[in-house]
Amino acid sequence: MNLGINLSRAIRTTAFRMSLIYLVLFGVSVFLLLSFIYWWTAGITTLQTDDTIDAEITGLSEQYRANGLAGLANIVRERSQNERQSLYLLIDPNRKSLAGNLNAWPEVETQEGGWLDFPYQRPVSGKVMTHEARGRHLLLGNGFQLLVGRDIHERMRIEKIMRRSLLWAVVLTLALGLIGGLFMSRNLLRRVEAINRTSRDIMAGDLHQRIPVTGGDDELDQLAVNLNEMLEQIERLVMGMRQVTENIAHDLRSPLNRLRSRLEVTLMGDASDVDYRDALQQTIDETADLLETFNALLNIAQAESGQLEADKKDFNLSALVRNMAELYEPVAEEKRMTLTSEVAPGITVFGNKHLMSQALSNLLDNAVKYSPSGGKLMLVLRLNENRPQLVIADSGAGIAEADRVRVLDRFVRLEASRNSPGSGLGLSLVKAVAQLHCADIELEDNLPGLRVVLTFEEQ
Amino acid sequence: MRILVIEDDKEAAGYMLKGLSESGHVADHAADGEDGLALAGEGSYDVLIVDRMLPKLDGLSVVEKLRSEGQQVPILFLSALGEVDDRVKGLKAGGDDYLVKPYAFTELLARIEALVRRQNPAEVETNFKVGDLELDLLSRQATRAGTDIQLQPREFRLLEYLMRHAGQIVTRTMLLENVWDYHFDPQTNVIDVHISRLRTKIDKDFDAPLLHTVRGAGYCLRESGS
Repeated sequence: MNLGINLSRAIRTTAFRMSLIYLVLFGVSVFLLLSFIYWWTAGITTLQTDDTIDAEITGLSEQYRANGLAGLANIVRERSQNERQSLYLLIDPNRKSLAGNLNAWPEVETQEGGWLDFPYQRPVSGKVMTHEARGRHLLLGNGFQLLVGRDIHERMRIEKIMRRSLLWAVVLTLALGLIGGLFMSRNLLRRVEAINRTSRDIMAGDLHQRIPVTGGDDELDQLAVNLNEMLEQIERLVMGMRQVTENIAHDLRSPLNRLRSRLEVTLMGDASDVDYRDALQQTIDETADLLETFNALLNIAQAESGQLEADKKDFNLSALVRNMAELYEPVAEEKRMTLTSEVAPGITVFGNKHLMSQALSNLLDNAVKYSPSGGKLMLVLRLNENRPQLVIADSGAGIAEADRVRVLDRFVRLEASRNSPGSGLGLSLVKAVAQLHCADIELEDNLPGLRVVLTFEEQ
Repeated sequence: MRILVIEDDKEAAGYMLKGLSESGHVADHAADGEDGLALAGEGSYDVLIVDRMLPKLDGLSVVEKLRSEGQQVPILFLSALGEVDDRVKGLKAGGDDYLVKPYAFTELLARIEALVRRQNPAEVETNFKVGDLELDLLSRQATRAGTDIQLQPREFRLLEYLMRHAGQIVTRTMLLENVWDYHFDPQTNVIDVHISRLRTKIDKDFDAPLLHTVRGAGYCLRESGS
């Protein structure tokens, strides 16, 4: 029953229909080819028979002209004894046999050119059998006639065998093609079924499922690999979203709670107008912080989601870095730091200018925030082995090696920075923006301080 | 001034109308695109505040229709869509400014005032004067009480923007967008530092300060007492 269902499904597959079309095409080709071979071979043997008969008639008519009827009769008699395949009959005007190995003149109509196809009785190993023959008659004058023929029984038999085997060849071709097509489409169907099964599992919620890859590196394998990569991306996005949701729940809950408590407590007591005003002002400030965190999260999610991929453009990174250095120079100066920048001109990268500005601003904000008074900040844009490289270095406390990967995650704030303002999202955005620009990000020790190195792809 | 607010969120519109009238403006409200278009078509408003997402007719189409009818009224888009692309779309459709929700009310107020001011420029100005501070765009010179003030190119643009909006409040975001062309919020007080540098140059050696900080809002360049 299962086989029946599978078979009917196999018949409906594209692969089966394709193989059927090929089968018909192939079958017709094979048939034409074999017919041609048959026609050619059969034609040649017929021609050979006719040539032999013609040659003999020419020979015998010369004998007749040279030696007369008696001489011809002698030769015919002689040849009748030797030749096994050649047939002769010499008759007088009364259709009486004078010489030859044929018993009687065949009762068939003579075709054009004196040719005739006729059956005759031939003794084979003691039995008399009817054989096919082909011959030509020659009018000798005075009612005497000569018939020269050849037994074509063997030839006919071979042709018959040939016809039969050719027919079988076509039938076999069709049968093999059909079986092959069924086999192929079943095979294909099984692999497509595997993809379908995985899709159903995924639709049911199991995002970890992956489509099996056979390793043959054919189109189906490539499809499976591509689909798997797509699933990978989807899973990553879903996980990212889940993480963001959890983080929001976790990190926005406490400030919201604080906000609410303040409002409630303010309402409880006998607060003066000034108290109300203060509480409201504080609330406004705090919502501003909350919104900032929220926007940062959205920015990161947007940079990570890949929805900005389509909007990427070439932009002048050199100009962006120069402007940013100019923007931050007074900020550094205010904290008695020096910001030195070395910007190689004319470097463009492919990406999103606004997010890149935001990321660079985050890095410079951090550098200013965590460096001591009198510190040195470096901002360098250069080509490193043809790859644009952006370096932001400070002379602050740096980040311990163990924390360097972790610090790029969302909401991670190291103990040392607990008391300074910030959401813990700055570096996460930098990481997401680096990913959007296909850039590698490294946190290194600046001895002392932190050095962030963004290395872009060769442009 | 007369302001038309086209916004479908009734509560948000209510707060906005109250805020605007407390700031001395007269504001009307339309709750959907079609009403908004009809009201705006009467043409008696100084500025329109248009939400992007509206029932019946979306904000972009409202503005496109108004512009195709030849309406010159300044328009500020309000939107929850904050991507750079959306901003560009809004400006292309004929909007003059774009503010992303949530926004500070002071920001909204400063922007619509700047918009209306921009609408009536006394021809093409190349010379600005606030008190005894003068700025000449052609010779790129700034002088105060006859004394030359040396400015960096960016400081010059910053001062130019402040002078163009003399007497009005300009917010940090407005400065960042218009003087630096950045559309993001730096965590640190970058703008404050640049303002304080400029202040050192134009105010420090003179009696009356011109560049004032407006608490909780931004800055204002004006003569003291005016």
